[in-house]
Amino acid sequence: MVKFQKFVKHFPNEKYSKWIFIIPGTVLLAFFALPLAAIFVRSFNSDFFDNAFSPQAFKALELSLLTSSITTLIAVAFGTPLAYMLAHWKFKHKAWLELILDLPIVLPPSVAGVALLITFGRNGLLGPFLQVLGMNLPFTTAAVVLAQLFVAAPLFIRSARIGFAHIDQQLEESARVEGANQWQLFSEIMLPLSARALASGAVLTWTRALGEFGATILFAGNLEGITQTMPMAIYLGFERNIGVALALSVVLILVSVVLLMITKQLDKEEE
Amino acid sequence: MKRFLSLAFFLSIFLTACGVSSIPATAPVIEKATAILTVFAASSLTDAFTEVGAAFDAANPGVTTTFNFAGSQSLRTQIEEGAPADVFASASSKEMDTLVTGSFVTKDAPQIFLTNKLVVILPAENPAMIEKLEDLATPGIKIVLAAEEVPAGKYARQAIDQMDASFRAGYKDKFFANVVSNENNVKQVVGKVQLGEVDAGIVYVSDVVAVPELKSIEIPEDLNIIAEYPIAPLIKSQNAELAAKFIQFTLSPEGQAILAKWGFILVK
Repeated sequence: MVKFQKFVKHFPNEKYSKWIFIIPGTVLLAFFALPLAAIFVRSFNSDFFDNAFSPQAFKALELSLLTSSITTLIAVAFGTPLAYMLAHWKFKHKAWLELILDLPIVLPPSVAGVALLITFGRNGLLGPFLQVLGMNLPFTTAAVVLAQLFVAAPLFIRSARIGFAHIDQQLEESARVEGANQWQLFSEIMLPLSARALASGAVLTWTRALGEFGATILFAGNLEGITQTMPMAIYLGFERNIGVALALSVVLILVSVVLLMITKQLDKEEE
Repeated sequence: MKRFLSLAFFLSIFLTACGVSSIPATAPVIEKATAILTVFAASSLTDAFTEVGAAFDAANPGVTTTFNFAGSQSLRTQIEEGAPADVFASASSKEMDTLVTGSFVTKDAPQIFLTNKLVVILPAENPAMIEKLEDLATPGIKIVLAAEEVPAGKYARQAIDQMDASFRAGYKDKFFANVVSNENNVKQVVGKVQLGEVDAGIVYVSDVVAVPELKSIEIPEDLNIIAEYPIAPLIKSQNAELAAKFIQFTLSPEGQAILAKWGFILVK
């Protein structure tokens, strides 16, 4: 062991030691970059535009954009107050609440799909209640939104919570001294100061909602124009005609790249 | 920090190396080399083939049969993309023929080893009070099918065409207006009906055997579709001998008895 330490001590001169980082880092980077590149290489042929602009692809894109936008709006409308409470109020069992909100981020979406089905399904926990209201959720576009909300909204809440928590405590105190109420404090100080964190969280949620697959296929099913989103069309396209699946993948990658660039920009301005 | 990281890096390699070299000394000697046979089989074969596999393994010590169950069209695509399979059992000749054309399966290799037919399944409580095939056209009920790409979905659509010709009155259009989802394999259809989330689904007769609590409505011979299941070894299989043996086993009286138990119709 002593010998080994001596060996290591000799080793890290600037010239060589950097490769300890470069080699494994590059290997992993290539692992991410190559499959993405492969999709582009294989999809660009004469049929690309026919595939990417087929009516099925168009309907799927339209549905994906619509549902993910609604999801994001709901996440912001309901997630902002929740994140604000978690960041600034003190109450019991807060850690448990945060755990519940972080769980959907790490759970497999298939778990979310089954959970939604046995909660909001016809025979689910709330099924009889929803039936009285004349609501039947599974296999509808609303089910697509709920599935996306379940897996994607926690990303917004997390980002917003961190944004709110980073605001200087003194600002809050001085506002209180000046006599600001909860709403004024929120709307005139907290909201403007955390706007970028909120926006970046919203875009993340949007991107994740756009890519949602596992929960959707279980809870919402697959029907063209009603519940068949882009990821679903890609999955089925893979079996019908791989060209369609590849072309749709390219479109989805490009949309996601744009959205991620927006978050990056927002995070940069934040700093 | 930098030094610490490089130390940790080397230490981990060092320890891994030690670990690997010490295995032969401490681990018990494996008694017999095991052969693994990989079978890609249609979703509808899930229960039957799991049992066939167990019987095959029991009859062939040292052999472990593993299965990949999915819609035949998914399996076909996976094989085309290079998935390592030894045997392919499809619910449709179409998928098998595509693999023959693509030189993944020898031309005369596929054998029909069983047939299956369709049945309408209903949840145990039958909430939509469906009594006969004509009721499937009642507006407002919810039906799930397998997707068009899935063999079970393709057969179901053929059967609906025949029902349409027989019942008339826009049966087909009314039926498809009730379809709320096209599932990716036949077992997903069974699952959604079993949960009671939909009022009816069209699956194989063999699927009902595994879930006896489901209600079902028979589809008469003249409106039904007979699904032929071909099985074949794959050209790229590393276990050609074992693959042939497995196929033989499914066609043997013992194998066919298991398949019959799960509701499949035998070829002989």
